[in-house]
Amino acid sequence: MSEVKFSKEHEWITLEGDVATIGITKHATEMLGDIVFAELPEKGSNVEKDGTAGVVESTKAASDVYTPVSGEVVDTNQAIVDDPSKINEDPEGSAWFFKLKMKDQSEMDGLMNKEEYDKFAKESAS
Amino acid sequence: MEIKKTSLNKLHQSNNAKFVEFAGYEMPIQYSKGIIEEHKFTRSHSGIFDVSHMGQLFIYGDESLTEELEKIFPLDLKNLKQNSSKYSFLMNEDAGIYDDLIITKIEDGYLIILNAACKNKDFEILSNLLGSKFKMNLDNDRSLIAIQGPKSVEILNSIINGVDNLNFMTGNWFDSDNQKLFVTRSGYTGEDGFEISISNDKAEKFVENLIEKGAQLIGLGARDTLRLEAGLCLYGHELDINKTPVEANLRWAISKSRLSNGGFIGSKKIMNQMQDGASQIRVGIKPEGRLIAREKTKIFNDSDKQIGEITSGTFGPSVNGPIAMGYVDKEFSKVDTKILLEVRGKKYPANVCALPFYKKNYVKGVN
Repeated sequence: MSEVKFSKEHEWITLEGDVATIGITKHATEMLGDIVFAELPEKGSNVEKDGTAGVVESTKAASDVYTPVSGEVVDTNQAIVDDPSKINEDPEGSAWFFKLKMKDQSEMDGLMNKEEYDKFAKESAS
Repeated sequence: MEIKKTSLNKLHQSNNAKFVEFAGYEMPIQYSKGIIEEHKFTRSHSGIFDVSHMGQLFIYGDESLTEELEKIFPLDLKNLKQNSSKYSFLMNEDAGIYDDLIITKIEDGYLIILNAACKNKDFEILSNLLGSKFKMNLDNDRSLIAIQGPKSVEILNSIINGVDNLNFMTGNWFDSDNQKLFVTRSGYTGEDGFEISISNDKAEKFVENLIEKGAQLIGLGARDTLRLEAGLCLYGHELDINKTPVEANLRWAISKSRLSNGGFIGSKKIMNQMQDGASQIRVGIKPEGRLIAREKTKIFNDSDKQIGEITSGTFGPSVNGPIAMGYVDKEFSKVDTKILLEVRGKKYPANVCALPFYKKNYVKGVN
């Protein structure tokens, strides 16, 4: 599996073959607070880089989830739809959102590595 | 305008509060545990709420004040016992609501608790209506602390002996730490609890004492989910100048004895609506599944006609599901009516339901 990459919209992404797994970062969940609703893209649908690919709602507000790369949705994580509190518990592990079959792996190039993202998150929080 | 701070601001900071601006005040929306934990702690133990931003209006006077206030509020104040409280409204001639409030008859007049965002305007309106006959004091020297939840009576009584003798919606002055506190058994969470009016310089120490006894600070976020589960209105959401108490389904708050003769501001409209019904009415709404329908969500019937709008919607931690309140056309206001909510361009099923979502535990008949 590839190194974890991060987007400015606070998604994380890993690549295994041509299938990318995408979720939202721990930092994002801390900003959102208790997550109580998650909506995921439909299996078989195509999503475009930087387009919306879901929604999360906390007790306070709704936020769009974006996809950092384009592709066909090949799997979604029903467990976080059934129990959205799992997203707060393990955002960068078992609470992944969806898996995409990527068309153009060069879309990964512009994303941040962990160190860059941590710096970005720290700056955007202040 | 500079943002105002309550006397507990430093204590909020040291408890890792996340702040928001609310009605010109810097207020804690939540602390480190988060809204759901804070909500559940209040329901199972005891939560402390800083509500010092709310207005504490003391109006001093004798029977003539009672007479004047009866011309304003739809209440039977003549028969209200000293130290008893009533929920009421300040209205305009069309029965539009300027503010909802709690009024308590005290020894030398009345104490009215007003919403933070409305209190200065309320003061102006009431000053104009009452003239200069009565001394009025919108007291900024006092803080207001609410303590809510099943353990609150035990905790507060260990600091202010005797509060356990108060019935729901009554209050009294108590002596504690060489000062007079006004304590009412009331609140806005659907739980048993108290509100304590205390001088600003003593507030922090008082709250630290409550924390030491096992209560915890709770932010405005959980206050909102708690009051929504309890089916209680929030001014600016369920209530505003374009809504009447009848439309808001708050007829219970209008004293029956005042309905026959009227004589309070807005009485004509109220009496008409009581007879003919209002065209729209506030209802509880339960979305199916986990869908959350926020304020301003449009409500439709099954033939695609808009029949109303959501005024508050969130996730209810004790109900463990989404809950909402809103206004719908009268013919759709019956419990179990199927409605549709438009969220992010799609329509989702929901049901009109009875309020509250969460059953109350108010204490009556203590003495």
